Amino acid sequence: MDGVRSHTIALLVDNEAGVLARVIGLFSGRGYNIESLTVAQVDGSRNLSRITVVTSGTEMVIEQIKAQIDRLVPVHKVTDLTIGGPSLERELALIKVASTGEKRVEALRLADAFRARVVDSTSQSFVFELTGSTTKIDAFIDLMKGLGLVELSRTGVVAIARGAEPL
Amino acid sequence: MAQLQMTGAEIVLKALADQGVDTIFGYPGGAVLPIYDALFKQNNIRHVLVRHEQGAAHAAEGYARSTGKPGVLLVTSGPGATNAVTGLTDALMDSIPIVCLTGQVATHLIGNDAFQEADTVGITRPCTKHNWLVKDINDLARVMHEAFYVCKAGRPGPVVVDLPKDIQLQTGPYVPPTQVQHKSYRPQIKGDLNKIREAVELIANAKRPIFYTGGGVINSGPAASQLLREFARLTGYPVTSTLMGLGAFPASDGQFLGMLGMHGTYEANNAMHDCDVMINIGARFDDRITGRVTAFSPGSKKIHVDIDPSSINKNIRVDIGIVGDVAHVLEDMIKVWKSKVYRPDKEALGEWWKQIETWRGRNCLRYRQTGDIIKPQYALQRLFELTKGPNTYITTEVGQHQMWAAQFYGFDEPNRWMTSGGLGTMGYGLPAAIGVQVAHPDALVIDVAGEASILMNIQEMSTAVQHRLPVKIFILNNEYMGMVRQWQELLHGGRYSESYMNSLPDFVKLAEAFGAVGLRVSDPTKVDDTIREMVDIKRPVIVDCLVDKNENCFPMVPSGAAHNEMLLGPEDQANVSEAGAALV
Ligand SMILES: Cc1ncc(C[n+]2csc(CCOP(=O)(O)OP(=O)(O)O)c2C)c(N)n1
Ligand SMILES: [Mg+2]
Repeated sequence: MDGVRSHTIALLVDNEAGVLARVIGLFSGRGYNIESLTVAQVDGSRNLSRITVVTSGTEMVIEQIKAQIDRLVPVHKVTDLTIGGPSLERELALIKVASTGEKRVEALRLADAFRARVVDSTSQSFVFELTGSTTKIDAFIDLMKGLGLVELSRTGVVAIARGAEPL
Repeated sequence: MAQLQMTGAEIVLKALADQGVDTIFGYPGGAVLPIYDALFKQNNIRHVLVRHEQGAAHAAEGYARSTGKPGVLLVTSGPGATNAVTGLTDALMDSIPIVCLTGQVATHLIGNDAFQEADTVGITRPCTKHNWLVKDINDLARVMHEAFYVCKAGRPGPVVVDLPKDIQLQTGPYVPPTQVQHKSYRPQIKGDLNKIREAVELIANAKRPIFYTGGGVINSGPAASQLLREFARLTGYPVTSTLMGLGAFPASDGQFLGMLGMHGTYEANNAMHDCDVMINIGARFDDRITGRVTAFSPGSKKIHVDIDPSSINKNIRVDIGIVGDVAHVLEDMIKVWKSKVYRPDKEALGEWWKQIETWRGRNCLRYRQTGDIIKPQYALQRLFELTKGPNTYITTEVGQHQMWAAQFYGFDEPNRWMTSGGLGTMGYGLPAAIGVQVAHPDALVIDVAGEASILMNIQEMSTAVQHRLPVKIFILNNEYMGMVRQWQELLHGGRYSESYMNSLPDFVKLAEAFGAVGLRVSDPTKVDDTIREMVDIKRPVIVDCLVDKNENCFPMVPSGAAHNEMLLGPEDQANVSEAGAALV
């Protein structure tokens, strides 16, 4: 569709029962898609959690998504990191590869090139830990597919704006 | 300072009283018995026993719409809560502030599929503005006060407070409303002044302007309606209103073009289509209003005032979006207009009114009362003439009769018209009328009904009789789900699949069975007498008004059509596009 673009949106919300369900329910109920979603408490004293959602849509749809989220009662703040100036996005993946011989050596060599860490190894397998942009992780996973990829766990995107200003 | 200690049930009632609640609508059950027990021991708050929880929700809505205060209902867990869901959704769609208190199984049983357990906060999350499950007695008073704040603040809506039975029985602290402030929820009330200035300049330079006003004007309070009248008078511009906004601007005023939208007037819809500046005050560009969005008022600059930021640019892109409360924004607009000494463009406005008068000249609501069958429009016109006044309140069910009521009953004041707009809930009108009558004991409250809709909550007749609420039910009985039949005629080759109302009850006997009064009229010459008789009876009355079974509601903008492609009567053939046929 015309002008459809991926946006990374960061929310500060009250860390209370049901808050994630409210956000997710809004997306499913109104037909918006979620490409990635992460959530964790970030401020224990004020009991706040941060949710990072990657979604896509035209400019009008993205505006609508932000306005809809903003009117949820436990939402304190909504920021679109994609249009709000330079920002950083990272994902972490744990990648299990089971292979022997040539393939095992090649997997290890590529992991090194991607700066993936080996966090577990047996004689037939490795678990790699890789941090980076979504595209970097996608690229590494693509390479591992031919080298014995058996299992994958990804965090989804977390993001933050560059510079001194807080959200 | 020693805090006031009381039981959870007492905290609930104390919070209601401190929030100014005088009446609640409810139905008891196991999970709310402690609250019913506390109710029994006090006399601050009146309880109106309904006959179905959906009725309680609509009654609370009627109470809220006619008073501007939140309506309150109290229901039990499980089926009590699920029965209230239609009313909650209705209130969400029409932005009506209601507080729904639901009983819940004891906290240690939650999640165990206990008797009459339902995940009430889960079920009601998408149909409330916000909801709470109170799991700690120390939170109860705060949550009660927050619930009232949230349902009223910004764009109003329904809220649910789910109350486990053990919490109702525990003892805990009470805090008054003055000591509770919501930590983050602060909707914007004042509009951005720069945008307001920009908007007023655009308004002042308009050649073919129109005010398009909605339920937001009513929700903002009586001051908003006064300010709208003042601004309209200053400018001399035409005003149209959505279904939800009727009464905010007087129907009897020459500047009023009638309702717009799917069954709106020819002049209102054409003026919307051809205007050069559209001033949307508290309406939301709903699909019943816009018709085909790509053909909606193509040549106009659009200003949109709305308290809900998500309403702006949702369906229609606007040129100036102003987030704020209608009364505050109108007040600022008028100030700017006066301080800049703006004057409307007399000549252009004269031309525009001339054009509007030719549209008006089509007399789009005309009908002919001939022969010995009552035309529904005639019955409503007579009802209006014989009952109009500031102390008359009209509710409706959903269908053709609802649209005819909107077209033929003129409202000069806000808060006199309660109808289910966004959700279109058949069964709304009778319980809503009960809520209105409770709030206004001396008023004349009439539910304009269809014979199909009225059967959806007819059990509330018992409520009316028990509480001596002299509501009047005026059934336009066409023996059809008329609106369904109309669409089947227009879009499905006249195949009236399941829309004939077979085996109808005898409504006169039905009224009598409930201990109310039943009247029937089928002769056009007797309509006036029947209406007078209905008004004179100081008890609940059902009037079974037998009307023309085949009458359709015009004008009509068929689904997927543009405003200037209206059907004015049966002689106009509907030409519905394939895309339009898929719309509701
Ligand atoms: C709860 C509910 N179910 C179904 C509908 C769909 N519907 C809209 S109008 C209508 C017919 C209403 O018939 P009646 O009350 O007799 O009114 P009339 O159109 O004949 O005036 C129906 C079934 C609805 N609006 N609400
Ligand atoms: Mg009917």
